[in-house]
Amino acid sequence: MRVTFPHMGNIWIIVKTVLEDLGLEVLVPPRPNPKSLEAGVRHSPEFACFPLKLNIGDFVGALDQGAEAIVMAGGIGPCRLGHYAQVEAQVLKDLGYSAEMVVLEPPRGRFPQLWDKIRYLTGHRPVGRVIGALRFGWEKLKALDELDKVLALGRPAEAVRGSAAAAHRRAVASVCQAASIAGTRKAARAGAEDIALTAGASSGSVTLGPPRSRPLRVGVVGEVFMIQEPFANQEVERRLGEMGVETRRALYLSDWVRMHLLPPPVGLGARRRVRRIREAARPYLRHFVGGEGLDSVGEAVLHESELYDGVIHIAPFTCMPEIVAASLLPEVSRDLGIPVLSLFLDEHTGEAGLVTRLEAFVDLLERRRAVREGRADRQGIRLRGDAPAGGHGGHPVASRPSSPTPREAHGCPLVGFSGWRRGPR
Amino acid sequence: MAADGIYIGVDVGSVTTKVAVIGAEGDILASACLDTMGQPARQLMTGLAEVRDQLAAREPDASRTPGSGSVPVACPEAVAVLGVGTTGSGRTLAAALVGGDVVKNEITAHAVAALRLIPDARTILEIGGQDSKVILLRDGVVVDFAMNTVCAAGTGSFLDRQASRLGLDIREFSRLAARSTHPVRIAGRCTVFAETDMVHKQQVGHPVEDIVAGLCRALVRNYLNNLAKGKDLEPPYVFQGGVAANAGIVAAFEEALGGPVFVPEHHALMGACGAALLAKEAREAAEAEGRTFTTRFRGFGLSDLDYRTRAFDCRGCTNECEIVEVFLDGLLVARWGGRCERWERSTAAGR
Repeated sequence: MRVTFPHMGNIWIIVKTVLEDLGLEVLVPPRPNPKSLEAGVRHSPEFACFPLKLNIGDFVGALDQGAEAIVMAGGIGPCRLGHYAQVEAQVLKDLGYSAEMVVLEPPRGRFPQLWDKIRYLTGHRPVGRVIGALRFGWEKLKALDELDKVLALGRPAEAVRGSAAAAHRRAVASVCQAASIAGTRKAARAGAEDIALTAGASSGSVTLGPPRSRPLRVGVVGEVFMIQEPFANQEVERRLGEMGVETRRALYLSDWVRMHLLPPPVGLGARRRVRRIREAARPYLRHFVGGEGLDSVGEAVLHESELYDGVIHIAPFTCMPEIVAASLLPEVSRDLGIPVLSLFLDEHTGEAGLVTRLEAFVDLLERRRAVREGRADRQGIRLRGDAPAGGHGGHPVASRPSSPTPREAHGCPLVGFSGWRRGPR
Repeated sequence: MAADGIYIGVDVGSVTTKVAVIGAEGDILASACLDTMGQPARQLMTGLAEVRDQLAAREPDASRTPGSGSVPVACPEAVAVLGVGTTGSGRTLAAALVGGDVVKNEITAHAVAALRLIPDARTILEIGGQDSKVILLRDGVVVDFAMNTVCAAGTGSFLDRQASRLGLDIREFSRLAARSTHPVRIAGRCTVFAETDMVHKQQVGHPVEDIVAGLCRALVRNYLNNLAKGKDLEPPYVFQGGVAANAGIVAAFEEALGGPVFVPEHHALMGACGAALLAKEAREAAEAEGRTFTTRFRGFGLSDLDYRTRAFDCRGCTNECEIVEVFLDGLLVARWGGRCERWERSTAAGR
């Protein structure tokens, strides 16, 4: 039975590792790309949210290459993910595919059901082997999340655009190839060092311009799929990184596993974090609204106390839980004074709007910080931004006009301009 | 010398392309506003040629001596271009073609221009041809913004379309709205609903000025409900962008906000002016630090050069990025669109 599964960031490496370790034949679908998106959009219900459309695109790609079964995640609460697997099975059936859909529901404390599904998938291999494979997958998951975090810090510092990302790609490949837990750890350590060194070393050689102050730091919150899958979020993290901004996702997959799958005491810290998030959200939202809606609000609140400069909230268009969050975030922002930018994304690939928003948001954060730190006055130049971060060709942040008084009329007979005056109104 | 130079601001929007030239004191010396017509590069060249002609036509002002703030310009070649700023959705292309020193998003550019005019502005309403924005400022700093690039209901395109449905010129539209005594209620959420309502109102016999005024209110309602949702709009309000020319919309805003709305005289040029001001500030900041600032401006002769753009799909990976290349006189001057570093290097060399 050749098994496939949907893409979500780096998750394919983990699923592939676990399933192959258990002796299954795995077919990894092509990474989401414009063609798979097109197929997904064509075959999905129009009103479905973006992740489902990408799932369908992945499945069609994999089934066309000969996959026979699909492992899909289930979901709970008022988020449509809970119904994805069923809708997707129907869509694929209508398209004439005859793939078996194995749905892994989140355990919510009831592990036997999940365990049964895993046992079914693995053809009742010895329990010890299954646990060993999961352990191995867990190690890779931790390693990949760690590499992502290092990249998010390294990218703003790199002097040659793309050098940190290239090091990251090398590191991911070596983690992917690692054949043991020890090998995975070693690859992760070496990879993280490589990324840090690539970014750090190259930035160390740049001595021009004034020394760079602490980079801006932005927390990325929102719907879990949209946050993890760079194709879906139009590479928000890369774009911000290249503008010199450090990013950190509110939730990495390993955090999710710690919170929901690992038994205490391993997952204790993560569970404590869940409680803190809920607690932080409490003044605004007191109950679960499905998906990550509650977490988005709570994380935004926590980010303020954790000295983040701003929060970017990402959600698929029409996502109910995140609509709830988005309607509360302005209040959070106003109360705590932390800027929040909500981005609802869909299948559109025109990036101009996104880039403009991100740039304006970064400008906003930069100026806000300059004012706060009183740098604006000290330098004698009103609200001037930092030096371009890491030589990315960043531009000095906009400043307030130096001469606020309206200019006197400055005759220009041909075009009839009379300078800067309030209009006739 | 530095005091006598000029700064050029370029705002390449989806519907119109604007070029503004400001003097060292920040005053507007020349400008051009053209329909983009899907050809931003060509229109930009035309705009540049237009401001060149305007600058050339300016008579040397004998009554003022050089250095007194005026710019006695006989021909553009004699003018020192000190910096170029670009903004608008076509800002990258514009910067590559013209040689931009500062490439800045529209939100910052609009804020900078508005603050120059009204230093205590707290809310900027901006409605252009195909997008609209709201920018909140406190103490001269942008603290929040929202932008609509998808829905036509709150933009100039909507008004254009409805005006043409009614057989009106957009200027006439503006005049008619002012004459209305009983604006009809028209759904503002979606252009489709608005059109349905409008047809109904016209068929039951409402006078056209009331329908026009109703449309203005619908647009304003849409803008405030969607874009400004959850935001504290506080006076002073500044209204810029092409739609600010429409007195009916201004009146509807004033009614909805309950206070005066300032419309800058050059409301359509604000983005371009902001870009020029940003170039000016970039230069001043560099000089204050003792660095030399050399503009990348390619010169006014540029508008006579041959330019060409070319696009292809990169086959390096499954992303299949659409790479765009810009050639000027046969020379590759810029290249973008990739998600990785593969196509980056040559860009730097081209600059």
